[in-house]
Amino acid sequence: MKSKFQPDKNGYFGQFGGAFIPELLHPNVKELEDNYIQIIESKEFQDEYKSLLKDFVGRPTPLYLAKTLSEKYGAHIYLKREDLCHTGAHKVNNTVGQILIAKKLGKTKIIAETGAGQHGVATATVCALMGLECTVFMGEKDIVRQAPNVARMKMLGAKIVPATSGSKTLKDATNEAIRYWIQNPETFYLIGSVVGPHPHPDMVARLQAIISEEMKWQLKEKTGKENPDTIIACVGGGSNAAGAFYHYFDTEEVTLIAVEAAGLGVNSGESAATSQLGEVGIIHGSKTILMQDEYGQIVEPYSISAGLDYPGVGPLHAYLYESGRAKFMNATDKEALAAGYELTKLEGIIPALETAHALAVLPKIQFKKDQVVVLNLSGRGDKDLETFIKHLED
Amino acid sequence: MNSIQKIFQEKDRNLLSIYFTCGYPELNDTNTVIKALEKNNVDFIEVGLPYSDPLADGPTIQDSSQQALKNGINLDIVFKQLMDIKATNKTPLVLMGYLNQMLKYGEDNFCQKVVACGIDTLIIPDLPMVEFENHYRALFDKYGLTNVFLITPHTSEDRIRKIDAYTNAFIYVVASASITGAKGEISPKQIAYFNRIKALNLQSKLIIGFGISDKTTFTTACSYANGAIIGSAFIKNLKTNGINAIGNFISSVR
Repeated sequence: MKSKFQPDKNGYFGQFGGAFIPELLHPNVKELEDNYIQIIESKEFQDEYKSLLKDFVGRPTPLYLAKTLSEKYGAHIYLKREDLCHTGAHKVNNTVGQILIAKKLGKTKIIAETGAGQHGVATATVCALMGLECTVFMGEKDIVRQAPNVARMKMLGAKIVPATSGSKTLKDATNEAIRYWIQNPETFYLIGSVVGPHPHPDMVARLQAIISEEMKWQLKEKTGKENPDTIIACVGGGSNAAGAFYHYFDTEEVTLIAVEAAGLGVNSGESAATSQLGEVGIIHGSKTILMQDEYGQIVEPYSISAGLDYPGVGPLHAYLYESGRAKFMNATDKEALAAGYELTKLEGIIPALETAHALAVLPKIQFKKDQVVVLNLSGRGDKDLETFIKHLED
Repeated sequence: MNSIQKIFQEKDRNLLSIYFTCGYPELNDTNTVIKALEKNNVDFIEVGLPYSDPLADGPTIQDSSQQALKNGINLDIVFKQLMDIKATNKTPLVLMGYLNQMLKYGEDNFCQKVVACGIDTLIIPDLPMVEFENHYRALFDKYGLTNVFLITPHTSEDRIRKIDAYTNAFIYVVASASITGAKGEISPKQIAYFNRIKALNLQSKLIIGFGISDKTTFTTACSYANGAIIGSAFIKNLKTNGINAIGNFISSVR
């Protein structure tokens, strides 16, 4: 039976999804829609994808029992170490997969948007690997707050185009990437999250699904059961959560927890907790939950984390929220920073600020004894050192 | 018969349409601009609803939209402005906005207000054909509204034929693979595309837009279609020379 967490033929998860795109993008999106499943399911793709994930990305990533953290919170807390992926986050799972799809479709020019710079780096990396031209759109504000990643992308040969419109962050970088795509339809838009017009959300979810595919056999080895009780992941657009949840969507006894960025507080006016503040709307070609004013103007979100600073959420996640399949929680800047420092001290792992939001809900959950929790440690904190250092004294 | 079909009955060559952004350059300039365009015999007016994230628009219209939003424009004010001018304005208005604006306002509420303003034609660049077929066609029919589809150099003939069948006002022929904004001359490649569309012998009237900016591009476009729309170039002129220069701009194009 087909899972209800797979899109229907028009790309809908429940009422969310679809492809709300200007006519100019129709041929591109249609080409991808007609081919992506066939390509992903082909033996040729799977062989190459799995081989690159193993030898280039460094998969499988460890599933690590964080003993001190477990003791502190009274549960068995496993960290899925996506931070150990090449380039420092789960993002590369998706870019390795999409670059193979792009090659299969005969595309030679790649464009991407980036917020924290992790997707930009992951895209620039696979473009360097494959010898393809790479252009990354990044908000002017993010270029400043994620300087190390900008330098990495440049080293990798990518061209960085600053997005100077709107809030000058991820939303605007995505707008600019889509506008460029309209004007250069021969390019392949290597989207970084489970957002955008169908089939992008489903394609990216499938490419990130490797996270929960590994979790299943790793948990079986370590605990004797493939199912944890709870999975926790942070959500900006939602790609790491989609990957961590993917093989458990239909396993109702596994509690799925998605953590959004509350910024200065959900109701502070400076937040990115889309599920709490948003309503049904259309952003970047997809009907989803969206932060907007009473006239449908998109509201500029805020989070200390550039990767969570997005006014929407992928349509799959909107459906997970609406259907109640996933529980949505949130963490403020302050809580995330504290959780980041805590993991560093207790376990010797500096997490990305995005990931720190997922860690920040641990004190808010009442765990049962022996509860098995997997927390998707989506990225490492190297890129955020400046922010962590700045707040160290707070 | 809708307001645009009536125009075509009187005249079906060299139609000039101007796009402008509501609430720009000042909040209450909407009707001043419409009056000036009417006075200068523009054939129909494309009324742009300012949107925070206009994906199909280039920097000029993005900027004018941002400014209009800063000026405090919103859909309620737009509808009020358009109601105010309804009795005196004789030039058909076409409303251009993004789908989320309609969605948030309430689809029925939006359509009712549009009709009340005497407008019967909509341009929604992010409304795809499949959504039109599945939902919006029935909604628009209910209110007697008609939707303008865009075609581009990459739209297949099959799709163009379908769009032709759905069209009651005109087909918006996007001049090149681009967002809005002036690009200078019309290239031989674009001419070949215009000729290809012309040779399809569609039942619909054709209006060319995106990159039409002056007399040369307007005249060229008009030799392959029933008329053309100027947007960004008009906004630029508004920005630089102000509302009083609208007459001069229109004379320079015709």
